[in-house]
Amino acid sequence: MLELRKDLFADERDDTLNVVGKSVQRQDMPGHVTARTRFFDDHAFDGLLHLKVVRSPHPHARIRSIDVSAAARAPGVKRVLRAADVPVNKNTLLSLINFGKDDEPALAVDKVCYVGEPVVAVIAESEAAALAARNLVRIEYEPLTPVFDVEEALKPGAPVVNPTYPNNYFEYHERFDHQKLRFGDVEAAFARADIVIEHRYQMSPIEHAPTETNGSIAAPEHNDRYVVHTCAQGLFFSLGTTAKIVNLESNRLHFIGGTVGGGFGGKVDSLTEPLAVLGAMLTGRPVRFVLDREEEMLYGSPRGAERIYIKDGLMRDGRIVARYVRSYFDAGAYTRLSSYAAIKCTAHIPGPYWIPNVASDIHVAYTNRCPSTAMRGFGITAVDFALEVQMDRLAEAAGLDPMEFRILNAYRDGDVKPHRRVAKNTALIECVQVAAEKANWPLSDQARRQSSLVGGGTGARAEIPATVLDQRGQIGRPESRGAPATGTLPAGAMRIPLTKEPVMEGTRDGRAAPVQVPRYAPAPAPGPAGPPPAAAASRPAAPPASSAPPFYPPAPSPAPVAPPPVAPPAAPPTQHGAMRFSSVFGTRRR
Amino acid sequence: MARHEGRGMASVNYPIGMNLGGDPSQALIHSNPDGKFTVALSAIDLGQGMKQVSRQIAAETLGVPVEDVYVDTADSDTGPHDMGSFASRGTHRMGNAVIAAAREARGVLLEAAAEELEVNAADLVTDGRGNIHVRGAPTRSITVKATAQAAQFKQGRTIAGRGIFLLPLSAVDAETGEMNPNTAFAHACLVADVAVDDETGEVTVLRMTSAYELGRVINPRMVEQQLVGGAWMGMSHALYETPEPYYPDPAHGPRDFNEYLMPGPGDIAPYHVTVLERPAPDGPFGGKGPGEMCANPVLPAIANAVYNAVGVRVDELPITPEKILRGIKANGGVRPQPRRGGAVTWRPRDVAVPA
Repeated sequence: MLELRKDLFADERDDTLNVVGKSVQRQDMPGHVTARTRFFDDHAFDGLLHLKVVRSPHPHARIRSIDVSAAARAPGVKRVLRAADVPVNKNTLLSLINFGKDDEPALAVDKVCYVGEPVVAVIAESEAAALAARNLVRIEYEPLTPVFDVEEALKPGAPVVNPTYPNNYFEYHERFDHQKLRFGDVEAAFARADIVIEHRYQMSPIEHAPTETNGSIAAPEHNDRYVVHTCAQGLFFSLGTTAKIVNLESNRLHFIGGTVGGGFGGKVDSLTEPLAVLGAMLTGRPVRFVLDREEEMLYGSPRGAERIYIKDGLMRDGRIVARYVRSYFDAGAYTRLSSYAAIKCTAHIPGPYWIPNVASDIHVAYTNRCPSTAMRGFGITAVDFALEVQMDRLAEAAGLDPMEFRILNAYRDGDVKPHRRVAKNTALIECVQVAAEKANWPLSDQARRQSSLVGGGTGARAEIPATVLDQRGQIGRPESRGAPATGTLPAGAMRIPLTKEPVMEGTRDGRAAPVQVPRYAPAPAPGPAGPPPAAAASRPAAPPASSAPPFYPPAPSPAPVAPPPVAPPAAPPTQHGAMRFSSVFGTRRR
Repeated sequence: MARHEGRGMASVNYPIGMNLGGDPSQALIHSNPDGKFTVALSAIDLGQGMKQVSRQIAAETLGVPVEDVYVDTADSDTGPHDMGSFASRGTHRMGNAVIAAAREARGVLLEAAAEELEVNAADLVTDGRGNIHVRGAPTRSITVKATAQAAQFKQGRTIAGRGIFLLPLSAVDAETGEMNPNTAFAHACLVADVAVDDETGEVTVLRMTSAYELGRVINPRMVEQQLVGGAWMGMSHALYETPEPYYPDPAHGPRDFNEYLMPGPGDIAPYHVTVLERPAPDGPFGGKGPGEMCANPVLPAIANAVYNAVGVRVDELPITPEKILRGIKANGGVRPQPRRGGAVTWRPRDVAVPA
């Protein structure tokens, strides 16, 4: 049984709610356990047609010719779709939020970039007829040299995987071949660290393996619209992607879903909806496109592999003084969502710890494998594996118990994180303490006395340090990867306006629940000053600071000898209304 | 042949919702003439419980019994826009949108009741059991049903509400990575106990013990299903599955569940979870979201436990018997590390999972 520790943080909660916090049976449970719940594939249509795609057998090849004549004449075949039949045959998923360039065709045009890339679609009266006709499509390929390793792909002269990104990497801010994180001076800190430890980690690709494979059924409606039953994880995300590719106004599509047989991130890509709708448009009949298990396993877009290098500077007393992370997301042949995950990963570094000097370079590399996509923990799972195995190594090197080492370095309320924002609402220390207690893993009295509420946001922990900047890794200039630092950003510098943070307005209403709704606080003006000091809000449960001596008082970091400071660029104006990603990072699309 | 037991741990945090914001969710709520409410969304229930989370949040905010609320999702003709069910955003983003919609509907409900009772709406409270009464005077009351009937057939009011929640999109600095990422973070620490067979290289996960801090728990049983299922997924990531076992060599792609290795019922480990609730200042009733992070600490905790058992660091996942045996050989034999702590303070029968 799950155990709730209501005693912890009790003063921060109102535990008199009526139904929130209760294990009420789910409204959909009776349907699920009696097999009466209807999923997308439980919708029957008269005259249903079945769509199957012909996939590339090569990881990288030029298409010399395509002959569909025999397939088109085969029994039961209603229509064969080729690239030219797709109204807008180039898309990138995040184009809906205007992030990144269109780079992926629905059906391959003149080359294939991975084993399993769809080239031709066959629509027939039965699945058997579609599968039989699929074997009659003749495609002549000229094999090209593939590249499978992320670091090989980034070397000059590597085969070009994705013509939209000819250097085999996603381009950030129209400037760099990676996303940077810079906080303090890692090199100076490594130089004065007692111990420096560097290791390489490799996260494997993973298949989502949902019980229900990806699929959809599209059917013409009498009112000149198309109804689509789908397993999409984002209903309007899939609707928008489909509307763009088949070139229909969004209100001519009626998407129905919401009850999905497992997703884990593998049903965000709209793998089937555009071709199913296109098939319905061109045949005037309902079209079902469902991946079989082999297609789901091999071509249903996996969790991407990530290669991660971590270098840490450690003092003998167990304090981590510097962390540098260099990692490579394997996007496969097309971008999908990897570009976004790299930003999320950047915000996550260095993990839930306070470290005074942190830097990272996160790359998204294209290789000749099935495009990877989101999966549970996207952008975080792999780097957490690497960070936490590295933490185990550091604890051993410092001669400390791994739990005590986590508590020593844990971030606390008020600490500044490397993306230059203050940590709040932290609870890592309490989780370590509770897990240790339940696992009968002894902690020292000192470690048991620590609190996330106390000891953070003091001294250097509350400050944005002077930060060494560089222009390494410029787009199209691989020689710039080893360039020296170009200057130092002064301590306290902030360039990105603080966005308005919602605060929940709570009221008590007799015996009813407290009602909370988001209200936006005015955004503080950005400026060269440091972040606002950690809120010393009333926290009666927290022990007074004086009674809990810091586990290890944070040592003031000596100011590094720095090159002359460069002036920070003017802060961009605060935007109102709809913002477009192209205006904040990535590549302008239009 | 010997079997070596080892223990490892990991601690993590996790950002809730799309990292940079800019991911709105909307909700619509209306009452039928009997005071029964429908919440219309386009959020997706992947089995994680999106419908039930929305239902409980709506009932709590409206002040009506949970059985008087049903959630209808997802139909693009009737459910307003939502970014989707990913990035651990469902409870946090949609929960807030549902609160906003329910609060608006509740306002109309109380106005309609006030008109019937000839009092000020500000003096009315709900009892969560289907009644509305004057604060401090429970006898001056009207049922939600009678109120809805009066609103519909007598007053000509719609008892309905609209809600949206949006964290504004953040910019990202090219040179420093400065950004305004997520506002809510969940936390966890997990201990894994394993046994490693030094002849076969096989790893058995004996048990897992964890503590998760998830903000307000909306439905404890649904949190449990997420955390337990996610931990087993983490075990599978750590020890079993990958479509490319010799990555970056793409060979050996699996075609079905016979070829794609995952743990079976006999491989599942007993698991004890303790949940802490430090409410998120911007979460629905303080809720965060357990959806994604529940696998994350398991991978490194198992890797660290394998090292503790036999002294082999496997830095490339999954941790296969082959990699362990090669590591033992390279080390010239097993090198067990110091034991950590004693037997866990819970028994497998304390937990609702097969032991």
